[in-house]
Amino acid sequence: MLYSDKVMDHFMHPRNVGEIEDATATGTVGNPKCGDIMKVFLKIEGDVIVDAKFMTFGCGSAIATSSMATEMIKGRTIDEALSLTNKAVAEALDGLPPVKMHCSLLAEQAVKAALKEYYEENGGIPADKQKYFDVLEEDEHSV
Amino acid sequence: MAGQDVKRVYLDNAATTIVRQEVIDEMLPLFTENYGNASSIYKEGQKAKSTLEDARSRIAKSLGAEASEIYFTSCGTESDNWAIKGAAYRYAKKGKHIITSIIEHHAILHSCESLAKQGFEITYLPVDEFGLVLPSDLEAAIRPDTILVTIMMANNEIGTIQPIEELAAICKEKKVLFHTDAVQAGGTLHIDVKSLGVDMLSLSGHKLHAPKGVGLLYIRKGVAISNFMDGGAQERAKRAGTENLPYIMGFAKALELAVADIDENAARLQKIRDNLIDEVLSRIPHTRLNGHADKRLPGNVNFSFEFIEGESLLLLLDHMGFACSSGSACTSGSLDPSHVLLAIGLPHEIAHGSLRVSIGKYNTEEEVMSIVPALEVIVQRLRDMSPLYDDFVKNRTSAYISCNRCGK
Repeated sequence: MLYSDKVMDHFMHPRNVGEIEDATATGTVGNPKCGDIMKVFLKIEGDVIVDAKFMTFGCGSAIATSSMATEMIKGRTIDEALSLTNKAVAEALDGLPPVKMHCSLLAEQAVKAALKEYYEENGGIPADKQKYFDVLEEDEHSV
Repeated sequence: MAGQDVKRVYLDNAATTIVRQEVIDEMLPLFTENYGNASSIYKEGQKAKSTLEDARSRIAKSLGAEASEIYFTSCGTESDNWAIKGAAYRYAKKGKHIITSIIEHHAILHSCESLAKQGFEITYLPVDEFGLVLPSDLEAAIRPDTILVTIMMANNEIGTIQPIEELAAICKEKKVLFHTDAVQAGGTLHIDVKSLGVDMLSLSGHKLHAPKGVGLLYIRKGVAISNFMDGGAQERAKRAGTENLPYIMGFAKALELAVADIDENAARLQKIRDNLIDEVLSRIPHTRLNGHADKRLPGNVNFSFEFIEGESLLLLLDHMGFACSSGSACTSGSLDPSHVLLAIGLPHEIAHGSLRVSIGKYNTEEEVMSIVPALEVIVQRLRDMSPLYDDFVKNRTSAYISCNRCGK
């Protein structure tokens, strides 16, 4: 099988699918041309992400990484979510095939894009947090 | 959704087919009894030789060719490589221009790319929205230095059948060699090399219920191309290597059986095909048929489902027991979706959401049609998590494939 059991589990039974109507922030990355788009919705209270949901157009690993990434930040603080990496998402899924690693980057980027929107609506990204958003400049397909 | 123990329905007969029992029966004695080397002079060798020539005659008869015009190879890809590179190297002094189409199989396209790196010039003919090459385009592309034209008989993804007689006639008039990759046509379409008027034709065994590992190249008498495999004097000293007799005989038997009931088989497949197309298009909105309605392989169906991606679709279909294929980038390992679907004018996102169902001789109508309710469930499930569909439902974007019910 191309995918690990964990990837298949998150693909067959994705966690956190859907929209948060009153989301604090959303982040959309990818494009239909490449065959994958991820949209992440965050509900933030104080400095805690109380809820995270996603909608994804993409392959099995795009859906599985969206599911895992939202699981990994739900109930966590913003600072904890900022330290999420694509590697950690892939590892939590027991690895991804090399050609699918870009999907995990997309998942990290979707979370970071939502957090960026959150900061921008709340006075801007603090200087010491800027480094966590460098990943948004990366080309997903360079991974 | 269904689990691990569901009944399997194999709907990827364009990828490969099950080997017919009659074919296996014909092959088995050639492993243990009649196993000689056809090049040896003693009895076992001569017996093998006569079996080989029997297979060659039977294949030739099935294709309307002379036995001496049939050369056995290891697969369709080898036949395509040999035809193209063999003609290119043989006639390089005459000219270095080759014409093909933009929707060929990679065995053709990559052979041409390899020649382009060696100084040959390749013209890729476009196709119309149904995947047809226009004969007028071919006529206009032929130059004094054109040495070869290669156009597939039927497309492996969308099933479009090209007007081979017409294309071959143009080449004949302009005195340019014409090759066709007939791998997908083998077993379901009539192939008569003389009435097609082709100079070379590639065929593969495993697409027509023979085993993998055997193919052939028809080379019309009077056409000379360079050798591809160097070595012994097998295949009239044109394709070296000990002949794979059991597989060649299996190929001969499978082709013979296919030709024997080709019209009945094609009519049955076509009926199931059209039924499936009608049902899916009427039951799943924002879906289109890719390829031509009539000029289409009897067992080929290719849909695009808007707002979803093909690999997810295949994984869920697999889980429900169905083996199919897709032209999405994710299933090919490249970043771009199928070159064929892009060539017929589909935008990338529509090409990513494609599904090919290829129906074969051993599929029942009932099992083929059982994919329809599965597709309804799966497509809706994927759309429900797609941000593209969400945008459409909330009127933020419009659909590329309009709904067959509401027209939206």
